[in-house]
Amino acid sequence: MNIAQFLTIFISSVFIYNVILSRFLGLCPFLAISKESKPALAMSLAVTFVIVMSSMITWVIYRFLLVPFNITYLRTIFFILVIATFVQLVEMVIRKISPAMYRFFGIYLALITTNCAVLGVAVMNIDMFFVKNKAVAGSFYFSLFQGFSVGVGFTLAMLLMSGIRERLEFCDVPESLRNFPIAFIIASIMSLAFMGFNGFRF
Amino acid sequence: MKNLFNEFLKGIIKENPTFVLLLGLCPTLAVSVSMINGLSMGLAATFVILGSNLIISSIKRSIPDKIRIPCFIVVIATFVTIIELVMKAYSPALNRALGIYVPLIVVNCIVLGRAEAFASKQRVFNSLLDGLGMGIGFTLALVLISGIRESLGSGRLLGITIFKGFEPVLIFSMPSGALLIIGLLLGFFSLIKGKRS
Repeated sequence: MNIAQFLTIFISSVFIYNVILSRFLGLCPFLAISKESKPALAMSLAVTFVIVMSSMITWVIYRFLLVPFNITYLRTIFFILVIATFVQLVEMVIRKISPAMYRFFGIYLALITTNCAVLGVAVMNIDMFFVKNKAVAGSFYFSLFQGFSVGVGFTLAMLLMSGIRERLEFCDVPESLRNFPIAFIIASIMSLAFMGFNGFRF
Repeated sequence: MKNLFNEFLKGIIKENPTFVLLLGLCPTLAVSVSMINGLSMGLAATFVILGSNLIISSIKRSIPDKIRIPCFIVVIATFVTIIELVMKAYSPALNRALGIYVPLIVVNCIVLGRAEAFASKQRVFNSLLDGLGMGIGFTLALVLISGIRESLGSGRLLGITIFKGFEPVLIFSMPSGALLIIGLLLGFFSLIKGKRS
């Protein structure tokens, strides 16, 4: 476990295999909530928080529950239930503690359960940091950090997209391309730009 | 009878999950590099929709309203696990090609959407027809996108060379090409719709 490994995880999750632009996880919020910057930022922060926490929880469950009892084939069911419960819990806690924050984040939190990025990262962590059902050295920290990096990548893509779409409001887009088609075409060009990071080597 | 036929047909064109409802885009874009991947993904999702619609519409009376979403998710996740294990056992290469997108069928909005909007309210037979229609609509959309991407991106279709002496446009095999194709297809469909009305 050294700094270089963490750096590799960060660069590859944020730029090379960006969660939205190259892995296509979390496209629904990317298209639906990217019309303005402020809600886009709120959504991204909520998603980052949930991804980090759920990477932690799913790692613990996999390592200390599924592996010892030899029921790793149940991981999909376990993970999705845990994530759904966790999101509900966070929503309840936020509503109780801070109504202002609930107004800012609340509606997006409910949507996160079905955000494929969250489950996708959990599954990816298990695939990458467990070899034959044994945790590799530092696997817990790698999982946490990968969760965080994917969240950063998500935030970056959301902010770029919402910035572009805010300006797009004043453009004369052909009628049949308005709204979603043009958003996809912009995302395609952004993805093309992110492909430039593909040659990165350490 | 006509009513039943409509339940089946609506998923294919009028309420096509990919092009009209814009649901389940993540797997659509990610696995459509080759037609065989697209077709397999479509069939796997069809199996999950059919199974979950069947079970949910048969047990809808015993599901408490407040915790219905977790109940739906458990049913869906069970079917996804079944298809994942079957795929791992009989076609490991395909399982590797589809990768994490197989377990991600769980969070495919089409499946949960049909459970919530249709299967939890309708009779079993209607739900089966609805699931079949939606599944076929999703599969057709995947076949269309992956067909375009594979033929332009590698000059082949289902692994068979169709264009001789054609320099493949590599970009269509990349993520960026997937986004471009679906953007243009959506624009094309809304152009047709605008012309007709």
